[in-house]
Amino acid sequence: MKRWITFAAISSLALVVMNGCGQTDSKAVSTDGSTSMEKVIGALGEAFEENNSGVTFTYNPTGSGSGITAVAEGRCDIGLASRNLKEEEKAQGLTETVLALDGIAVIVNPDNPVNDLDLETIGKIYMGEITNWKDIGGDDLEIVLIGREAGSGTRDGFESITGTEDACKYRQELTSTGDAMGAVAGNPAAIGYASLASVKETVKALSIGGIVPAEETVRNGSYVVQRPFVLVTRSGTELSGTAQKFFDYITSPEANEIISSAGAVPVNK
Amino acid sequence: MNNRKRLMENVIHGIFLVLGLITVGCVLLITLYLVISGIPAIRKIGVFNFFFGKKWASTAAQPQYGILPFILTSIYGTAGAIVVGVPIGFMTAVYLAKIAKPKVKNVMETAVSLLAGIPSVVYGLVGMMALVPGIRIAFHIPDGASLLAAIIVLAIMILPSIIKVSLTALEAVPKEYEDASLALGATPVETYFRVSVPAAKSGIAAAVVLGVGRAIGEAMAIMMVSGNAPNMPKIFQSVRFLTTAVASEMSYAADGSLQKQALFSIALVLFLFIMLINAVLNFFLKQNKE
Repeated sequence: MKRWITFAAISSLALVVMNGCGQTDSKAVSTDGSTSMEKVIGALGEAFEENNSGVTFTYNPTGSGSGITAVAEGRCDIGLASRNLKEEEKAQGLTETVLALDGIAVIVNPDNPVNDLDLETIGKIYMGEITNWKDIGGDDLEIVLIGREAGSGTRDGFESITGTEDACKYRQELTSTGDAMGAVAGNPAAIGYASLASVKETVKALSIGGIVPAEETVRNGSYVVQRPFVLVTRSGTELSGTAQKFFDYITSPEANEIISSAGAVPVNK
Repeated sequence: MNNRKRLMENVIHGIFLVLGLITVGCVLLITLYLVISGIPAIRKIGVFNFFFGKKWASTAAQPQYGILPFILTSIYGTAGAIVVGVPIGFMTAVYLAKIAKPKVKNVMETAVSLLAGIPSVVYGLVGMMALVPGIRIAFHIPDGASLLAAIIVLAIMILPSIIKVSLTALEAVPKEYEDASLALGATPVETYFRVSVPAAKSGIAAAVVLGVGRAIGEAMAIMMVSGNAPNMPKIFQSVRFLTTAVASEMSYAADGSLQKQALFSIALVLFLFIMLINAVLNFFLKQNKE
């Protein structure tokens, strides 16, 4: 019986302690926004928690728009957006800080003779205006469009850059980068897209308007199928101590390695 | 001492009751949860638009939530798997129960059990790497990820349950029936199909229903071979099932959004389908006993 009482006492104590963590704001940093940034911000948050004992990091994947609204209304410390802020958003008193760049590779089967396409052509292909590879210098094969599922950050990024939002005529909607690459690798007529960092030799990444996708071309902006990962903060208001520490940490060169291994191109030197 | 023994008995009974109630509680909890989280979206979207809408575009600027393509795909896919899988499974069961030599039977039964133990993601992977390109080449179509690929994968996946349940039913047919038929001059094959199979028919029906249940609830394997685009089902078209519709979007749907609620509604529809199939299965099993 005694043992049970001790056990109960310890577990209730543990509950109290855990609750306490959630409530102490000074030791917490909350982020809210882009689902595409999940990997990058998740890895950074983990590293930050590891280096600073006692702090908690939260990330709420709601989408860029909701993240920007959340930070404007003061519901989180840092908003996350996978696009630049619009002028009217900046006018609301929000500041953007680019954390990293995300390159999206347009991939085809290695047997496909096509090596280069421009952005407009890719848009036309995905909207079903060009349906055969022979029209764009390839073999006489019907183009098979491989994409990601609705809600995927890569899909959202690709469609917004190529201007094909909600208009893509996908043949397959796959739920992971690996599946998408597998489908492209297994079909000579397929075209797909995947985050640049995860592209393997089983598929061929096309150059866009003559620019080869690589970390360097993404960083200098010449490779156009890319988007920024942006940290959004309120201009006038200061961040809480922990949030400021987190912000400084992830924008320092120290974090670059974590950002690269999470698949994005770091920009802060 | 006696009192203490009785107390012990009661305590143990109580423990067993609680353990039994865990299962019941889980079923009730899941049912309740699905109904509560599934109803609001159907109401918001409208019963007609939800069940008979032909377009699913949950993340578009003007979202549309019609699940008719998913319902039809699930029905066609399951029906196709039954049409392909049942004859093969049924004939295998007749062969194993009546014709096969003991050695052959042993080997084949082991193989069937192994087939049942293969995880569905492996079916999906093999289907994606071998079946999908195979269909593309065999039928000269641009892409092999299609309803047909899903049907073939499902047919193979339901084989073990069909074979095992029909085998048990066939083996339970009293030997006297067959002996009588043979004594009257019927050939062995005539006996199997005119006497043994009719005698085991409710067991075989249960096997088919079990196969339907397995096929309609499968998600992982068919997600990898069916292409997963929300089209109206056609045999060479890329399609999305009720199960895969839930699985593919759930991880990204924001909490509280209509999209997530609609996914719960799809799950509720699937749940009702499976309940219906279970009811049918129970009906056949009861008949079997009588």
